Amino acid sequence: MQRAGVRCIFLCKGDRCMDTIVNAFPYLMEGLQVTLYIFAIAIVFGFLIGLVVALFRLAPLKILNWIAKIFVDAIRGTPFIVQLFFIYFGLNSLDFISLDSTTAGIVTVAINAGAYFSEIIRAGIQSIDKGQTEAARSLGLNSTQNMRYVILPQAFRRMLPTITNQAIISLKDTSLLSVIGVADLTQEGRIQASATFDAFNVYLILGIIYFVIIYLLSMLASFVERKFVLR
Amino acid sequence: MTMIRVENLKKSFGNLEVIKDMSTVVEEKEVICVIGPSGSGKSTFLRCLNRLEEITGGHVYIENVDITDPKVDINQIRQDVGMVFQQFNLFPHKSVLENVVLAPMKVKKSDRKASEQKAYELLDKVGLREKAKAYPGELSGGQKQRVAIARALAMDPKIMLFDEPTSALDPEMVGDVLDVMKQLAREGMTMVVVTHEMGFAAEMGDRVLFIDGGYIVEENVPKELFGNPQHERTKAFLSKVL
Ligand SMILES: Nc1ncnc2c1ncn2[C@@H]1O[C@H](COP(=O)(O)OP(=O)(O)O)[C@@H](O)[C@H]1O
Ligand SMILES: [Mg+2]
Repeated sequence: MQRAGVRCIFLCKGDRCMDTIVNAFPYLMEGLQVTLYIFAIAIVFGFLIGLVVALFRLAPLKILNWIAKIFVDAIRGTPFIVQLFFIYFGLNSLDFISLDSTTAGIVTVAINAGAYFSEIIRAGIQSIDKGQTEAARSLGLNSTQNMRYVILPQAFRRMLPTITNQAIISLKDTSLLSVIGVADLTQEGRIQASATFDAFNVYLILGIIYFVIIYLLSMLASFVERKFVLR
Repeated sequence: MTMIRVENLKKSFGNLEVIKDMSTVVEEKEVICVIGPSGSGKSTFLRCLNRLEEITGGHVYIENVDITDPKVDINQIRQDVGMVFQQFNLFPHKSVLENVVLAPMKVKKSDRKASEQKAYELLDKVGLREKAKAYPGELSGGQKQRVAIARALAMDPKIMLFDEPTSALDPEMVGDVLDVMKQLAREGMTMVVVTHEMGFAAEMGDRVLFIDGGYIVEENVPKELFGNPQHERTKAFLSKVL
């Protein structure tokens, strides 16, 4: 594709800002699509990982508790970028594994979010009064039914603000995927910043786009929260 | 028919021996009231009857099934043993109706229509049909407790356990809940009731158990236990509460 931005600087020197916006914006929107795609998949898998790890953590089997604890500690105790490099460069150096950068990015964000989600979910489950479980079990519900119909629905309502918070952190983490060459929003921003020679305006727009997305995400979360408010 | 048989029951929490040795028998349609000082193990005793507490020693038979047997399907047993708690423990995220139909639908797999019909009948019985769509947070304590009773009855239990069902209620609400329990007793429900309502125990109890120090100190018909207690500890306790 032609670097439209470059040509533009020569054409309209006096009105640089508008040009940057006009020329860079379509590329940034493409990057945004990639970012949102990665985020959506990673957050869903992250949540499922979090749920399973939380249940492992609370299971009566000691071995499951340990697996969960080691996983969470390993993720919390290392930087995101190191996890990303390990999965993309480290795992890819093994003969039998071949991950493209987008897949490696999704996997890293999902695993990272999963560890934090699991702690949120565990705390949420433990915050529900023991009397709830006792009432459910005394009615003949088994422990799975108790979790599914009584504990988790209440815990999720309570956890929603913290879950939103972690989702926002994970969304921001996706910008680090540009480092391994994923064509996400930040990567497109970097390309456009050099293509237009207008780093100031491109990164300003980039920030505004992230801000708006995160703002919408928070709005969605508080809407859901109000809708399912605990009676 | 014997509904509950407790044989040399023991229960410890770590080093704390709460129940040292208790034995008793509850026949069908009997109403047994359990009294005793705070912390004497009344709740623990009751919770051993549906194995909400793991039993440390001895045996508990529900309709001749030994529930201390690890092979027993405890979820199956619990369907026959309803329980009502001091703190109600309604499910706050579910409407009154959903609270009542949850176990029949998920445990007994009965269909929604039949479950709801039954739920409305039970809510009628406890005088709360018009609250079916309300949420627990919108109810008074007395109403919550009556919903909790309806919820337990929805499983068609053969035995009902009550753990101080009126202790968390404002005084003006106690009567409504006791009325529901009296009606249930008259209909022939087998009941074990931990209570501080000595009036209820005297009126409805076929027998009263006085628990203290990890033992059933005294067990008798209410007239005898209240009018002519045999043990010093029973006398001391009754002189404080009567
Ligand atoms: N889950 C538990 N862990 C440790 N101690 C407990 C537990 N439940 C009850 N206890 C102790 O057992 C004793 C009897 O408790 P409880 O059965 O609730 O008495 P009551 O109902 O007669 O007031 C108390 O000393 C209480 O602190
Ligand atoms: Mg008690």
